[in-house]
Amino acid sequence: MIKARITVTLKEGVLDPQGKAIEGSLSALGFKDVGSVRQGKVFDIELKGENKVEAEQSLNSMCAKLLSNTVIEDYRVAII
Amino acid sequence: MISALTKICGHPPELVWHSETEIPKTDLIVIPGGFSYGDYLRSGAIAARSAVMESIKIYAKKGVPILGVCNGFQILAEAGLLPGAMMRNSGLKFVCREVKLVVTNANTMFSSNYQQNQIIRCPVAHHDGNFFADTKTLKQIENKGQVVFRYAENTNPNGSVNDIAGITNTQGNVLGMMPHPENLVEDFHGGSDGKGIFESLLGANRSKAA
Repeated sequence: MIKARITVTLKEGVLDPQGKAIEGSLSALGFKDVGSVRQGKVFDIELKGENKVEAEQSLNSMCAKLLSNTVIEDYRVAII
Repeated sequence: MISALTKICGHPPELVWHSETEIPKTDLIVIPGGFSYGDYLRSGAIAARSAVMESIKIYAKKGVPILGVCNGFQILAEAGLLPGAMMRNSGLKFVCREVKLVVTNANTMFSSNYQQNQIIRCPVAHHDGNFFADTKTLKQIENKGQVVFRYAENTNPNGSVNDIAGITNTQGNVLGMMPHPENLVEDFHGGSDGKGIFESLLGANRSKAA
């Protein structure tokens, strides 16, 4: 079994209305050191098998085909 | 949408389930609004990968008119049949109201019954209608006249870049729009400004048949 974590974030330059709202709320709570907040998504995926190279290829393909929209998002694949 | 199509075309549309792999021969494909798969992951993302989309992609390539409204627009963008992507509304709220649209290209099969720069009324109801495209793509769709509808001044409900409300593909046979023209097609709705889209399509079909 291979465990992986995929992180999807908005590309630089893409406005993030949700991140902005969270940023405002953190600031209102007194966290004055917050410069900016970008919201993203995390997927924890378990894969059958033990081949990490194949797993990584498969995970990248999942990101390109479904888990991220590459028009607006970047993704990172990490095998845990 | 079913009701509007039935009234305007004179007969009900054929309904196709998302798991179908073939769509019967048709003059028009409509992907209506609503929600698909709870809008999980991203609005329209999962529906865009459903079985029926393969058939829709083949029809799109053949030049068959395809209209996607609201969630239908999100699905077409997620499927790569239209450029750009939909983001959460800039105000973060679900917007349900009437806006005004400028017909910025009346020279398409979807808009020929309108006048260039005509302003029409149209209802919107969405949470993720904030159209985004990178600078290069945006330049391309603007230069090629792919922007068919733009929110009129001060009515942009979602922060959409360049006030874009509806765009076509480069071929001009696929239109996606966030507003709901089917909800303003008869007196009962309080107006019929949305009817022009369906009448444009009927006109294009008639002239093709003639």
